[in-house]
Amino acid sequence: MTFALAFALLAAQPVTEAPQEDLSGVDWEKEFGVEKKVVDPVTGELPVDPYTQDPANAGATPFTGDSMAKAFGGQDGIRKIVDRLVDLNVDDPRIADIFKNQDLVRLRRTLFEQVCFILDAGCTYTGRDMKSSHKDLGTTRADLNALVENLQQAMREAEVPFAAQNRLLAKLAPMDKDVVER
Amino acid sequence: MHIHSFKSCILPSLGLMLVAAPPANADPLLDGGKLVLTNGISSIEGASGGGLASWATIAGMETDRGVGVSAHVTGIELADYGWQSHGASVGIKDRVELSYARQNFDTRKVGAALGLGEGYRFNQDIFAAKVRLVGDTVYGSPLLPQISLGVQHKRSLDAAIVKAVGAASSEGTDFTASATKLFLSKSVLVNATARLTNANQFGLLGFGGANQTDRTLQFEGSVAYMLTPRLVVGGEYRTRPSNLAIAREDDAHDLFVAWAITRNATVTAAYADVGSVATFDGQRGGLVSLQFAF
Ligand code: HEM
Repeated sequence: MTFALAFALLAAQPVTEAPQEDLSGVDWEKEFGVEKKVVDPVTGELPVDPYTQDPANAGATPFTGDSMAKAFGGQDGIRKIVDRLVDLNVDDPRIADIFKNQDLVRLRRTLFEQVCFILDAGCTYTGRDMKSSHKDLGTTRADLNALVENLQQAMREAEVPFAAQNRLLAKLAPMDKDVVER
Repeated sequence: MHIHSFKSCILPSLGLMLVAAPPANADPLLDGGKLVLTNGISSIEGASGGGLASWATIAGMETDRGVGVSAHVTGIELADYGWQSHGASVGIKDRVELSYARQNFDTRKVGAALGLGEGYRFNQDIFAAKVRLVGDTVYGSPLLPQISLGVQHKRSLDAAIVKAVGAASSEGTDFTASATKLFLSKSVLVNATARLTNANQFGLLGFGGANQTDRTLQFEGSVAYMLTPRLVVGGEYRTRPSNLAIAREDDAHDLFVAWAITRNATVTAAYADVGSVATFDGQRGGLVSLQFAF
């Protein structure tokens, strides 16, 4: 279907070269009325639409006690795991496209906060809720499985015991309806 | 000489082509996106499950947007008998499963003792369908398991003999209702299945008999513990009717270890005990099953 369409469009191009306008200087964002987002010089993050901050946005009730935080190596361990997860996702041909042109600085921070908060490792979650932060990403069940596999790899590399890995996944698994769109 | 050099040049390049194949998600019908082992393994009746029990799982490695396939071969060595089964299934959009399995049951020396002839084989075809109603084995609320309904139509290929043994019919249909959930917080997978059946020895000895012609409600339970994402150990228990007058039938159970060698290949080894079969008691032994799933 798509191929046929692309072919038809190509075929419809005039064969003789029409004189091409030099478009390199055009500000396309301005032409299409796209609002330019400016990186915050302090945080390195792009602004997001206003939302109400609430730890409940993390989408799970945190563990109590310090055993889970310890299993993940505390805040340092969690930061390493989350950074590794984001790196794996960005390099994963199954899902890399979804992370293109996203604010990965913010993602690393909020994802760290979320995991740290859920593991009761001494953080609060300041990000958006799962439904609104994954709106229009077009994620599928297979994408979610790919992300879970990457998280498992990151946790395995950090030598988090398998039972503790699953206890974290148990907190994330019920969010599937919010993070999967199609 | 020629052939050899041809081979040595073509084989490595074939290998390269396989490695360089485009990512699986290029084909929307085959994204291979299921989590490893969440398709279950092929049960002895062909439906995906735990080996002995049918589960609520859907065969194949595809998620709700693809069509997956799997194939298996299983061998069981019992005290006096040999078992071989094989089959294939299709999993459509993680919603519907269609499967076929052939069971071959070798009576070995017992065949002579029963007057059938040494090495007489009972054979059976099983055509099955399963539909997932609600829930997901891994995701969603831990209180909502994946729930499926199934139907398994079985045809013994030894009609004259199973009737001579006392079976009311050589064909029968089982109905199953299964609930499967992976309790991640405990790394434990639990399955419970209710089965309406009148099969004798899974149907290999026909359906119904002097004790009971109609289907009765039987139970299948499985518990499995995940050691790694690719290694699971567990046990199963399956109750069975005892319809035939001439030979008692016992409940069956097993202890298994399933290992996903790759995303697409799973080996299962089990210790299985099916009790008394055709008057020969204590039928227990080893099961090995190999499954390929895409
Ligand atoms: C249970 C699973 C998941 C959790 C816990 C999770 C968590 C998060 C969090 C905390 C954020 C940041 C929210 C914010 O900026 O305020 C986020 C954003 C994002 N997530 Fe997820 N996520 C999950 C699944 C997925 C999946 C399956 C994908 C795609 C494969 C994905 C892709 C993204 C992207 C691209 C963003 C950035 C969106 C934006 O900045 O507008 N996430 N996620």
